[in-house]
Amino acid sequence: MKKRTEMTVETVQEVALDTIEMKLNHPYISTAAQPGQFLHVLAEGHTLRRPISIASIDREYGTITILFKVMGSGTKNLAAMKPGMEVNVVGPSGNGFTVQETPARTALLVGGGIGVPPLYGLAEELQRKGIGVKSILGFQSRAHVFYKEKFERIGTTYMVTDDGTLGHHGLVTDILDKAGRFDHYYSCGPIPMLKAVREQLRGHPGFLSLEERMGCGTGACLACVVRAETESGYQKICTDGPVFDADEVIL
Amino acid sequence: MTDLTVKLPGMTLTNPVMPASGCFGFGREYSAFYDLNQLGAVIMKAATGNARFGNDTPRVAETASGMLNAIGLQNPGVQRIITEEVPYLAGYDVPIIANVAGSTIAEYEKVAEAFNHTSSVNALELNISCPNVKEGGIQFGADPDMAASVTEKVKAVSGLPVYVKLSPNTADIVTIARSVEQAGADGLSMINTLTGMQMQLSRQRPLLANETGGLSGPAIKPVAIRMIYAVKKHVSLPIIGMGGICTAEDVLEFLLAGASAVAVGTANFTNPYVCPEIIKQLPRVLERYGFDSAAEAIGRGHDE
Ligand SMILES: Cc1cc2nc3c(=O)[nH]c(=O)nc-3n(C[C@H](O)[C@H](O)[C@H](O)COP(=O)(O)OP(=O)(O)OC[C@H]3O[C@@H](n4cnc5c(N)ncnc54)[C@H](O)[C@@H]3O)c2cc1C
Ligand SMILES: Cc1cc2nc3c(=O)[nH]c(=O)nc-3n(C[C@H](O)[C@H](O)[C@H](O)COP(=O)(O)O)c2cc1C
Repeated sequence: MKKRTEMTVETVQEVALDTIEMKLNHPYISTAAQPGQFLHVLAEGHTLRRPISIASIDREYGTITILFKVMGSGTKNLAAMKPGMEVNVVGPSGNGFTVQETPARTALLVGGGIGVPPLYGLAEELQRKGIGVKSILGFQSRAHVFYKEKFERIGTTYMVTDDGTLGHHGLVTDILDKAGRFDHYYSCGPIPMLKAVREQLRGHPGFLSLEERMGCGTGACLACVVRAETESGYQKICTDGPVFDADEVIL
Repeated sequence: MTDLTVKLPGMTLTNPVMPASGCFGFGREYSAFYDLNQLGAVIMKAATGNARFGNDTPRVAETASGMLNAIGLQNPGVQRIITEEVPYLAGYDVPIIANVAGSTIAEYEKVAEAFNHTSSVNALELNISCPNVKEGGIQFGADPDMAASVTEKVKAVSGLPVYVKLSPNTADIVTIARSVEQAGADGLSMINTLTGMQMQLSRQRPLLANETGGLSGPAIKPVAIRMIYAVKKHVSLPIIGMGGICTAEDVLEFLLAGASAVAVGTANFTNPYVCPEIIKQLPRVLERYGFDSAAEAIGRGHDE
């Protein structure tokens, strides 16, 4: 169950251009959290909370790692937090990734930019469950790349950059067939990327993590809805998602 | 002990604080955070005749001290609200106010009439002030004759007290308020959001898919206070006040201006516990400013 609580900042560091990795301590949140869920973070002086994905969970030390890009004033304020300070969050929020229990299977992870963080926690979880992981990660340029080595430690990882400064020059969808065989896929990134990934991987079971501007983050205000093949015709990203069965949502 | 009880047409509230329409769904989500029995009442999300999906996304944007929304009255339709949502809220011991919307007067009548068939709804809030739909909504709230006409028609079909929710997007809110009072309204609810727009620099286009949205949050509080104060001088109907309330001090400001009770909207998004926190603080704040009860503070800002 999600709670509103204060998490203590343990470490803050810039891991790529304008990209901050922050480790937050909270015994309850770290126990309850699942990969793919998010924290709804209060940025001091702001009306709306900022949704930030859970990038890694360390249950033993009671910490959650988040990775975020400094975009506007909310993430800028958050980036200025120092170890020992408290961050007000509502979490763990939303429904995360469903990890199939069947052993000896392989999953393909396709991430774009700031859609990469939730896939890292998923990769760790899949590895713990003995499921093979292949990753295709897209970034704007070499300077924006983070967690390359961490993904490589878990499984085969293909890098893609928009400007060709690292790995394949182009889009993640250019090299999806390079990954070879896999059983299901997970993808997070901008909507055009998710659409293209889903189109190319049609026939494979897959899960997509979606982003939309949120109001309440608890399912009450209906700001972050997506049309879906459900009885009501829609799903709420903040509570039904952010992770959805790829066939369920209409993008 | 400071007495927080307030009496309004159709209900007696244990305290004057309730969540505002559209900011609290039908209560289920916030019941995961606290016991809804603490609330003075609950105002439900707008109901229309049939289910509505609402506007395209993005539907919200943040502003200085507030936000814009253009949800577009998404709701499952009045029938499903009555069969699926009202019974859930009726499990709590709090008065329920149903927010009624429509594109035509006939739709307002249909929705209002439907609520006669449930014993759990205490009052209607007639939403003639939604700025986010192409037809209906604000169109009825901006013109005194239209506002009176929809009020009269709804009063004729409904067995419940009707609070007309006024729009601040009008040159003369006092005229509208007087007009709906004459048309038989039992109370007023004010204010709905102020129409606004935000440009997205990266796209050089309006950020919201609907282009315009309703401004809410602390940014609009002075506008709400000013309007309630003005209306209170000329109209004797009880007022449910809203617009930017975040603290118990804000509640007292609204009571002084002339509101008999208040609704809290946007602040729920910043702090999901804001309603019970305000209710807990309210006795101390009333006491600090010399009031033994909430009722005593109503309209006191007008005293000579
Ligand atoms: C489920 C989910 C998970 C996310 N996970 C991450 C993550 O792990 N790392 C990361 O860097 N970013 C993530 N984002 C995007 C992140 O929420 C925005 O970049 C951030 O809110 C921008 O805030 P700001 O104040 O810096 O920018 P501003 O542009 O000043 O923000 C203004 C308003 O717009 C909202 N907003 C702006 N961009 C987005 C966006 N892309 N998605 C949703 N709301 C937005 C803000 O929350 C705020 O309400 C996630 C978004 C969602 C919906
Ligand atoms: C996301 C959102 C949805 C809303 N939906 C409705 C609605 O369905 N019906 C209505 O009468 N008012 C609606 N409102 C207006 C609020 O009930 C309230 O009048 C307004 O937001 C001012 O109060 P606040 O500043 O405390 O939010 C909505 C406001 C927001 C922010």
